[in-house]
Amino acid sequence: MTKAEEIINGVLAGNRRSIAKAITIIENNEPEAHELIAKIYPHTGKAHMIGITGAGGAGKSTLIEKLVKEYRRRGKTVGVVAVDPTSPFSGGAFLGDRIRMQELSADRDVFIRSMATRNYAGGIAKATKDAARILDAAGKAIVIVETVGAGQSEVEIIKVAQTIVVVHAPGLGDEIQAIKAGIMEIADIFVVNKADRENANKAVMDIQANLQMNNKENPWKPSVLKTIALTGEGIPELIEKIEEHRRFLEGNLEGRRTSLRLKAETELVEAIREKVTSSLIEELKKEGKFDQLIHEIMEKKTDPASAARRLLKKVANDEA
Amino acid sequence: MEKGRKIRVLIAKPGLDSHDRGAKVVARALRDAGMEIIYTGLRQTPEQIAETALQEDVDVIGLSILSGAHKTLFPRIMKLLKEQDLTDVMVFAGGIIPQEDMAEMKKLGIKEIFGPGTTTETIIRYVKENLPKRS
Repeated sequence: MTKAEEIINGVLAGNRRSIAKAITIIENNEPEAHELIAKIYPHTGKAHMIGITGAGGAGKSTLIEKLVKEYRRRGKTVGVVAVDPTSPFSGGAFLGDRIRMQELSADRDVFIRSMATRNYAGGIAKATKDAARILDAAGKAIVIVETVGAGQSEVEIIKVAQTIVVVHAPGLGDEIQAIKAGIMEIADIFVVNKADRENANKAVMDIQANLQMNNKENPWKPSVLKTIALTGEGIPELIEKIEEHRRFLEGNLEGRRTSLRLKAETELVEAIREKVTSSLIEELKKEGKFDQLIHEIMEKKTDPASAARRLLKKVANDEA
Repeated sequence: MEKGRKIRVLIAKPGLDSHDRGAKVVARALRDAGMEIIYTGLRQTPEQIAETALQEDVDVIGLSILSGAHKTLFPRIMKLLKEQDLTDVMVFAGGIIPQEDMAEMKKLGIKEIFGPGTTTETIIRYVKENLPKRS
């Protein structure tokens, strides 16, 4: 049995060490990564994937801890992928989401993995999606993906989820407008956490006003809930709303098929783009033309778009 | 270090220490040196530390302790790591660990102990130079 096969078997059996090793392999894009994803993909699709996003300080991690505890009380196994930004300067990351989830480390039916964005521009979305899928294939009933809803990558990450929850807190210094437009459009549930603070009701009304203006064709009407994650207030209602959304998705076969089709198409296009780009660039670098054009760009003799056109024309001519 | 691979370090506070200033200084320094730091907060039990190390598939564990309970806690931690088959993880310790206890701690498998006054550069260099080969 190869190393990959051993790990795959372990993942499917729910072995925690195998799950951890598998996530490391796909995170580092090791040689076994392709085989791993290929073999576990058919075993995915069973878990309910929940995306939790929102600005830092909104209370996502605290909320997640309460959600996980409640799901555990209901007998469900849970996986959590917590994503934090990599510093563009040092390449390092401080992954502190577990601080708010301390009590969960004692529960072996909860698997938590902290991942750094590693500045792969888009690549992190794939790694996070694959990590979530590994937890799905390992048999977790619920998989929660947590990100800071700040950049375009984070919007991509959250699309792995079937239910997207946006968490906001009053007094963070940013207004509702700070919720990225991209997230606003795909969110299924809004939560105003720290609802004991002043302006909580105003925050709820602002979000509701924004929602009035969006997406009238969508049969699912996003609602706005209030929670106080620290005390657990509002958590059962939030779970009920998440479950309601899950039942809605299951009942809405047409919508689900469309959504799955869109996801599959997006991922296929992205995979093709990645393969084509990397092999093409590798090819071009071999011939030295690449470096020559880099110099021309630096000396302002040409611009990047024209250089790309010339390179690609050359490749086309070589094929002819 | 292969392309795309980062050093993942768990900074853990076993026992009942009431503050984590030192641990956070080390955590930040290692982060600024390009590593991914998982920090789990105060009052970690040996079981929590071992479980976190397993799930996060860390390369290194840094144990920070000020309370003097290292002689009770460190053996339990090292035992759990062995049971979880995590013996290829490099463990170092810091905080308040008396000179006379250091040999005993090292015998448990703790590779190095960094007392008060150690520079973060020393720790960074040590981690980078002694990184375990992962299987």
